[in-house]
Amino acid sequence: MAVEMTIDNSHAGCEGMCGGLCCTKIENFGVRKGQLDILENVNIHIHCGEMTAIIGPNGAGKSTLLKALLGEIPHTGELKFMGTGGIRGDMPVVGYVPQHLDFDPGTPTSVLDLFIASCSGKPAWLFKPSNIRKRAIEGLSKVKAEHLINRRLGALSGGELQRVLLALALDPVPNLLLLDEPVSGVDQGGLELFYNTVADLRSNYDLSIILVSHDLELVAKYADRVVLLNRTVITSGTPGQVFNDERTLRIFGIPHFVADEADIGKGHKEGRPD
Amino acid sequence: MLEIWYRIVDLMLPFEWVNHDFMKNALLAVLLLTPVFGLLGTMVVSNRMAFFSDSIGHGAFTGVAIGALLGGIQPIWGAILFSVVFAVTITIIKNKTKTSTDTVIGVFSSTAVAIGLVIMSAGGGFNKFSSYLVGDILSISPFELLLLLLAFFAVILLWLLIFNKVLLTSINQSLASSRGVNTLFIDILFTVAIAVVVTITIQWVGLLIINSLIVLPAAASRNITHNVRQYHAVSVGISMFSGIAGLIFSYYWNTATGATIVLIAAAAFFAMFLLRKRFAA
Repeated sequence: MAVEMTIDNSHAGCEGMCGGLCCTKIENFGVRKGQLDILENVNIHIHCGEMTAIIGPNGAGKSTLLKALLGEIPHTGELKFMGTGGIRGDMPVVGYVPQHLDFDPGTPTSVLDLFIASCSGKPAWLFKPSNIRKRAIEGLSKVKAEHLINRRLGALSGGELQRVLLALALDPVPNLLLLDEPVSGVDQGGLELFYNTVADLRSNYDLSIILVSHDLELVAKYADRVVLLNRTVITSGTPGQVFNDERTLRIFGIPHFVADEADIGKGHKEGRPD
Repeated sequence: MLEIWYRIVDLMLPFEWVNHDFMKNALLAVLLLTPVFGLLGTMVVSNRMAFFSDSIGHGAFTGVAIGALLGGIQPIWGAILFSVVFAVTITIIKNKTKTSTDTVIGVFSSTAVAIGLVIMSAGGGFNKFSSYLVGDILSISPFELLLLLLAFFAVILLWLLIFNKVLLTSINQSLASSRGVNTLFIDILFTVAIAVVVTITIQWVGLLIINSLIVLPAAASRNITHNVRQYHAVSVGISMFSGIAGLIFSYYWNTATGATIVLIAAAAFFAMFLLRKRFAA
């Protein structure tokens, strides 16, 4: 039951027991690849029922941070989940919605197969357990995708696939939900639907959500907190605070809400770390 | 044990082609091998590992050469050991480096074949090894049938245990890790299974065509199927059908059995390919 005395000026008054709420803490995260520090000294504090968006220039280490949180690459520092009673003893469940799938689009794998492979011990090539089918339909209906259950993964549109992956990440309901740029290759309508679904789930399930995104407009609209990452946390706070911060403006190019393509290109060039 | 099988065949299949014992042995071998190829092939194709499994064949070829060089009771054990080490090495390098997978596989594959050819040609005795290029399923011995039986049950057991994890890893590695799958370990188990089966089989089917037996049935199946159950069922079906039909035709035509099996599987592939629109969903 260690009460951490972290110095984290963006969340003063939020140490230890999260002020009576459950929360997730990323403490002193660092990732090294060869001689290069990709991430160092990353401290982020995420409250339950909040969506925290991580923004940053290309190469800032956003995807690396997600991979480290998933335990896929070695890292220093700690990931702590705390309930109201302090640090949770049991293993937390982390749900993950990948950026894209690298599967072969011609592969004969249905949405149901994906659920069986993830949630059942019975091999999907031989069995079609009816309890998993029921569970999958329930989960899919949360994201308005129950009609897709027998569809092949390769036959889904970008938006449909993202909703299916979201439903999968929510079964079982995770302590922490990681969304990796879920908007790439998704049309405007699918995108709104996806974010509205995430926003609903956030309040209904009291989920802690980390969203890695390039789309600053959507971040401004949907995120509760924003973290500007560039190898370490540059600044964090409410969307208003972060988007008015001089460092954010410098990294992304100033008038990002009315940015035309030339401005975006310029912003990326300036923001790239050497 | 084998006597019982002979008795069953005589009773059930009173045909000329299966009169001789070597044909009964070959039939049993085909019945044990083809389902295994049909199963493993599905994920080889879905993972775009056709080139990879081809290189495992090359590793197995060298394994056989090394096994023969070491001698001992049965050269097959040395061969299996070598190809397992070979498969594990490529898998680890493939996972740990950013070098293009094709390049890694190309390098290892050529090296393995070169080593195999050098060993086999040393002392000018290459001819006795040339059968490994084409293979001869009619030469199968009772001991080898026993080995096949073990491999058959081992692969089916493995596939029951790890298939879900293999599928998840093939769809997205990070997604699989987030659900507690040790993706490297699963990859290694999968490739070791391929390596062992290919090594045992290579002397009957031959290096030149063994990969087609893995790839063709699954590649044919995916044209007309929509989920993994259909995918496996059709793949195993095509694999077994080609195996049995190929054995029979090769008997009457007096052709190489392995190649005849592959031709029938290829015909099945093209037939399914032409039918794919009708099954599209």
